[in-house]
Amino acid sequence: MSNILLSIKGLSASVDGEKILDNINLDIRKGETHVLMGPNGAGKSTLGNVLMGNPVYKVESGSILFNGEEIVGESTDKRANRGMFLSFQNPLEVPGLGLDSFIRNAKRQQTGKPVKIFQFKKELEETMKLLNMDHSYADRDLNVGFSGGEKKKAEILQLLMLNPTFAILDETDSGLDVDAVKTVSKGVEEFQKNGDKALLIITHSTRILESLKVDHTHILVSGHIVKSGDGSLVDEINEHGFESYM
Amino acid sequence: MAEEMRKDTPIDIERDTDAILLDDVNRDLYDFKDEEREEDFYKVDEGLTPDIIREISKEKHDPDWMLEFRLKSLELYNKIEVPDWGPPIDGLNMDRIVTYVRHKSDMKSTWEEVPEDIKNAFEKLGIPQAEREALAGVGAQYDSELVYHNVREDVKADGVIYTDMESALTGEYADMVREHFMKLVPPTDHKFAALHGAVWSGGSFVYVPKGVKVDIPLQSYFRLNARGAGQFEHTLIIVDEGADLHFIEGCSAPKYNVANLHAGCVELYVAKNARLRYSTIENWSKNMYNLNTKRAICEEGGIIEWVSGSFGSHESYLYPTSVLKGDNSHAEFTGVTFAGKGQNLDTGAKMIHIGKNTSSFIDTKSICKGGGISTYRSSVVITKSAEGSKASVNCGSLMLDSISRSDTVPAIEMRTDKADVGHEAKIGRISDEAVFYLMSRGISEAEARAMIVSGFANPVSKELPLEYAAEMNNLIKLEMEGG
Repeated sequence: MSNILLSIKGLSASVDGEKILDNINLDIRKGETHVLMGPNGAGKSTLGNVLMGNPVYKVESGSILFNGEEIVGESTDKRANRGMFLSFQNPLEVPGLGLDSFIRNAKRQQTGKPVKIFQFKKELEETMKLLNMDHSYADRDLNVGFSGGEKKKAEILQLLMLNPTFAILDETDSGLDVDAVKTVSKGVEEFQKNGDKALLIITHSTRILESLKVDHTHILVSGHIVKSGDGSLVDEINEHGFESYM
Repeated sequence: MAEEMRKDTPIDIERDTDAILLDDVNRDLYDFKDEEREEDFYKVDEGLTPDIIREISKEKHDPDWMLEFRLKSLELYNKIEVPDWGPPIDGLNMDRIVTYVRHKSDMKSTWEEVPEDIKNAFEKLGIPQAEREALAGVGAQYDSELVYHNVREDVKADGVIYTDMESALTGEYADMVREHFMKLVPPTDHKFAALHGAVWSGGSFVYVPKGVKVDIPLQSYFRLNARGAGQFEHTLIIVDEGADLHFIEGCSAPKYNVANLHAGCVELYVAKNARLRYSTIENWSKNMYNLNTKRAICEEGGIIEWVSGSFGSHESYLYPTSVLKGDNSHAEFTGVTFAGKGQNLDTGAKMIHIGKNTSSFIDTKSICKGGGISTYRSSVVITKSAEGSKASVNCGSLMLDSISRSDTVPAIEMRTDKADVGHEAKIGRISDEAVFYLMSRGISEAEARAMIVSGFANPVSKELPLEYAAEMNNLIKLEMEGG
């Protein structure tokens, strides 16, 4: 049991007084990949945001343990510095903030040490190559004028560069064409390679999962986890949809 | 779609964020009061009388015409009303302002000779270091007079003149100075231009001969240290035909609990096909009334580029003006203003199109916080003769809390329909979603907000020389972090 990385117990959360998540229980161990599926509006993104501490959402009850420590009430940056990461469904544009200087800054904050420029540039270049990202994006303002696909690639770029222990991917495959999904999957596979990492992949389609190893699947409907199973549950959903759970 | 757009930007156009009430900024870096001994300084009495003007004039060894000019300006000053359309300046009592303060030592041309106390003040601000690293020439003014002036030999050899205004008045270029001095900004212009005409002291004269391109910047730094004093430096720059210059102006002052006044005047003459870039970081202490007048005139094909960062000061009136007299001349103004607690900064730019096919471009960003008031005020005038001209005005404001205030007052006057003028204004707040996004990468809330604000001001900082851009980002960070 000691290898439990994230433990969610009886978690309920609301936004503007409306309950979105109701009594969620979920354990994620090191090395595991979990998939969270469900129809639109089920609360999937809310769970990702609550785990990361978005102040828009209010935790009504329950606890979230990360490496055995309670993180409910902790600020988002502290959670990130514990090794948590959220790939955003709609990455925000920040004019005037360069992608590379942003990542370098974040890396410095996480390690508390200055980042060696040459080494950083080299690593960034290699990772961008892996993600088929044109290197010119490094100098561009964060997400400004990026296409949907480039925004998602930039999220995976940050994932690989910041190298957290636990990553939540919120609809990372939505709105992407076939090639972009493949590229993003390749990036996620790269992240999975290190056996100590864990993933929670939030999706309502299954395209991103085709080439990924999946250990557990959970179906979220109306704020409840209505079913959990292994990777084969993904195939079942693929065939029959969520109808039978609603 | 509109919903989606708002989500995607760090500046939330509609949503009200909670006030982040940070304390006043830690300005130790600029606010140190230089230790000085009374007996080392010469100063005139407080207030304004013809006798004080005569005393200043005598002390400065003015030519006769200048004494006349000063006395006439004083008469005008007494006649012209205080402007009633901007921030209130009731707190400024001219009878209490000391208009002339000078260290009892002459101007030096080597840094070692500058008196120790003044040297320390500038060393703390990094001035001599900046010169060693990246400048072609430096002038440093302490209170009313320049204490140091130096120009690189190779720049001198090209015939470039960079000297203090006092020497220029009687030197080789005396006629040229007299011909241009306060012609672009006459003392009749407004009350503080008249005041400037009466008590001006210090500042720089620059002349760049025909065709000479000065490839590294010249810089003047103005430090007003004396308590309850005024600084009235005059900057006169003439860039002759086809020549090219970048001039940088930096200003700072420590904080006292009495009002200080800055009423400088900048006159820039850009000849045919010449180009002048004028960059400023004004970082006054928050007891300063900054009533500064800056104006440029461009002949045919001339280019003036203003880059302006306005920080500090209690109140500012600052609207650099470009007169596009010659055909095909061009002006750009890029500025950022940051108004914090207790500050009322009224800034902007003015473009006057006279020649045919002239073009102007204004891009400003203003930021306010902690109850600060930031007003963007601009005027674009297309005269009847300016056919085929183009002007674009783009102003963005960022309010960091709900107790601060941001206003936009853009005026456009068109006397011909054969011109093209565009205007865009945006007022926004930092979006919580963007802060959450940056924090999810391990960045603290304060840092995330500072990054968004710096990014917002980036169009300006990227136009500044590296050290100044770093200084500006540092100032933004200081303003954001609080004491």
